Amino acid sequence: MSHYLPTTHEHDIDPVEGRMALVQGSPSFAEVTEAVVRPIEIPHKRWWIAFFISLSMLGVLGISLAVLLWEGVGVWGNNIPVGWGWPIVNFVFWVGIGHAGTLISAVLFLFRQKWRTSINRASEAMTIFAVICALLFPTIHVGRVWAIYWPLPLPNQMQMWPNFRSPLLWDVFAVSTYFTVSLLFWYVGLVPDIATMRDRAKTKIRKIAYGIFALGWRGSHRHWVNYEAAYLLLAAMATPLVLSVHSIVSFDFAVSQLPGWHTTIFPPYFVAGAIFSGFGMVLTLMIPLRAWFKLQHLITTKHLENMAKVILLTGSLVGYAYAMEFFIAWYSGNPYESFVFVNRAFGDYSWAYWIMVSCNVITPQFIWFKKIRRSAAALFVLSIFVNIGMWFERFVIVATSLHHDFLPSSWDYFSPTMWDVSLLIGSFGLFFTLFCLFLRYLPVIAIAELKSVMPQANPHYTAKPKRKRHVTKSAVGVVESREDDRGSDDGEVNAEVSESQSVKVVVSGANKKLDKKPSDEPTAEAAAEEDDASAEAEAEASGEDGSDEEDKG
Amino acid sequence: MPAIFPRWTNNIPIAIGLLAPLVGAGLIFVVWYWFSPSYTDVGYRPEQPVPYSHKLHAGDMGIDCRYCHNTVERAAHAAIPPTQTCMNCHEQVKTESLRLRKVRESYKTGEPIEWVRVHQLPDYAYFNHSPHVAAGVGCATCHGRVDKMEVVEMDQPLSMGWCLDCHRNPEPNLRPLDQVTNMNWDPTQEAYDPKRDPARKRQVNPPLHCSGCHR
Repeated sequence: MSHYLPTTHEHDIDPVEGRMALVQGSPSFAEVTEAVVRPIEIPHKRWWIAFFISLSMLGVLGISLAVLLWEGVGVWGNNIPVGWGWPIVNFVFWVGIGHAGTLISAVLFLFRQKWRTSINRASEAMTIFAVICALLFPTIHVGRVWAIYWPLPLPNQMQMWPNFRSPLLWDVFAVSTYFTVSLLFWYVGLVPDIATMRDRAKTKIRKIAYGIFALGWRGSHRHWVNYEAAYLLLAAMATPLVLSVHSIVSFDFAVSQLPGWHTTIFPPYFVAGAIFSGFGMVLTLMIPLRAWFKLQHLITTKHLENMAKVILLTGSLVGYAYAMEFFIAWYSGNPYESFVFVNRAFGDYSWAYWIMVSCNVITPQFIWFKKIRRSAAALFVLSIFVNIGMWFERFVIVATSLHHDFLPSSWDYFSPTMWDVSLLIGSFGLFFTLFCLFLRYLPVIAIAELKSVMPQANPHYTAKPKRKRHVTKSAVGVVESREDDRGSDDGEVNAEVSESQSVKVVVSGANKKLDKKPSDEPTAEAAAEEDDASAEAEAEASGEDGSDEEDKG
Repeated sequence: MPAIFPRWTNNIPIAIGLLAPLVGAGLIFVVWYWFSPSYTDVGYRPEQPVPYSHKLHAGDMGIDCRYCHNTVERAAHAAIPPTQTCMNCHEQVKTESLRLRKVRESYKTGEPIEWVRVHQLPDYAYFNHSPHVAAGVGCATCHGRVDKMEVVEMDQPLSMGWCLDCHRNPEPNLRPLDQVTNMNWDPTQEAYDPKRDPARKRQVNPPLHCSGCHR
């Protein structure tokens, strides 16, 4: 079967639900599998370029870590009032990015937001890789990396035991729990797709590698029942984590007594900021991805628009939090508090503060314009600004509160060294290298899940009355196309829409354009075949893709 | 489609599930036991450049610890004696001994003897001898019966847990203030209650907070 070419127009209507179809161009199940899996089986030149660049940046990380371990934390710009410096800024930045994954995968799943299925796999991968980058920074920030297991409650001859009253320890548990649950959730969702990869594998190594991780998945009904239960449970477990992890990260600041940190608004403000930055990063990754992998019909403008709306909401919440911090600083009448905030906006770090405000508060407001939120290019530029803004937010919080604390004699200005910068670049290298490897070996879209939101999988889906299989012979072999994969006239859909979707559909292999005529009478035949169609849909959704093999003849 | 894996591979996940906790617990035990100072450090007995015998000097001849380690009551560090301290006697005694060749050489040239340090704490642990001596912790409590050692070795682990054991409950390790250097004073034989000792001006109160030792 040749590669399915996505249509350029985006107004296909879901024939059953009567609203914008989540998968455009009405591809068949087999064509969806093909579109997602093809870039894995035949890597693109662009992938090699991206991988090479990421790998070079990873090399920068290796060198910086070697220098750090050899020389000690003195290579950083951290000084005594600003003891946290860039490592903690980077930690909070990466943990925040990790938030969109869980929100998309768990919260939107529980709320039955079907549009999540096109983007959840890649966002969860992003989450996991971002949390790996995040965990790197507190680990190296302790200075003696070889003693990093000390925060874990393990029996030891030092009689050292974690201080359970410290938010820094809560952080260790919050982030590691989050990582474990996200990884499990991601993996459980991957199992049916890995089975698809295994079944399509041509080489022995691939068969064994995918075979191990597919856990013997055959797509039986019992498998699906267990799978659905496990997925739902994990979604329920992951949902509170969306709120808890960044709340606890914010406790690192809020539980201390430093003006500018000691605020009750921090937990919700951090969670909103995390989701904001997470969706920013999802857009940064997805917009080039859908263009390079030709997935515009699966990750549609509608998806981008939805994500942009989340960015607008959370960006406005973050802006509200900034304003509220100033209000409380004035309203509390606390001179230390108001000093810190005046210093934040007009002091030594005012440049950073205004970068933060313009990126986080002003930029998202452009999303109010429909033209901008439906333009992939505009959203890409916007998402970069969001990423920059959110990094600066963490920098402003860490640097401004610490550099002028209670004792003016210890005030100092923090400026990073080249090793601070190289570690940040290196962490991006780690992140993108992992993401490239993910693109190379795992389906970037949850194939089985995506099929479940396509009209063919809906029990109310009525196949076309004229439900014939066109078998055409071509140079490639026997090619089969089924009409039932395409839209129908359910009565709920008006005739005009039916007209518009009846335009040409490229049939694989033969490259033959079939014109499909909308018919009006739902016949008894169609009703009789309805069961048949949904049963078939289920069989295909189970990742077996038997028809694939048949198609190749 | 033919099966990729034989049927017995179905048991692997169960085996992993059963073994993983055991392996995890085993690993923790391995580190806890074999990586700990009581295993790695106790009994450390480096060869010294001069075969000096504590058994002979401190045990048989009964020289007080403070004759050589003279700063122990006043300073953090219990001094390693300079060659001159040795020569106080050895200018008169055993002047021709082959085993003392290096001592005489050092005395002549002024180059110190490179003794190998036996008891070494990490740099981030600020141990101070003087308050311990002042509180009546015997030398033998931490260093063992040096008076019976031909070559000095580590008798106690000097691990943080070992320090804390005493800091939490110091009384069993205290002795009369005039018995600190007495190697023969046996805490199991003597009934000593530091709370009733009129010689003590105040009771001991060892720190338990982090910055007590990690400043």
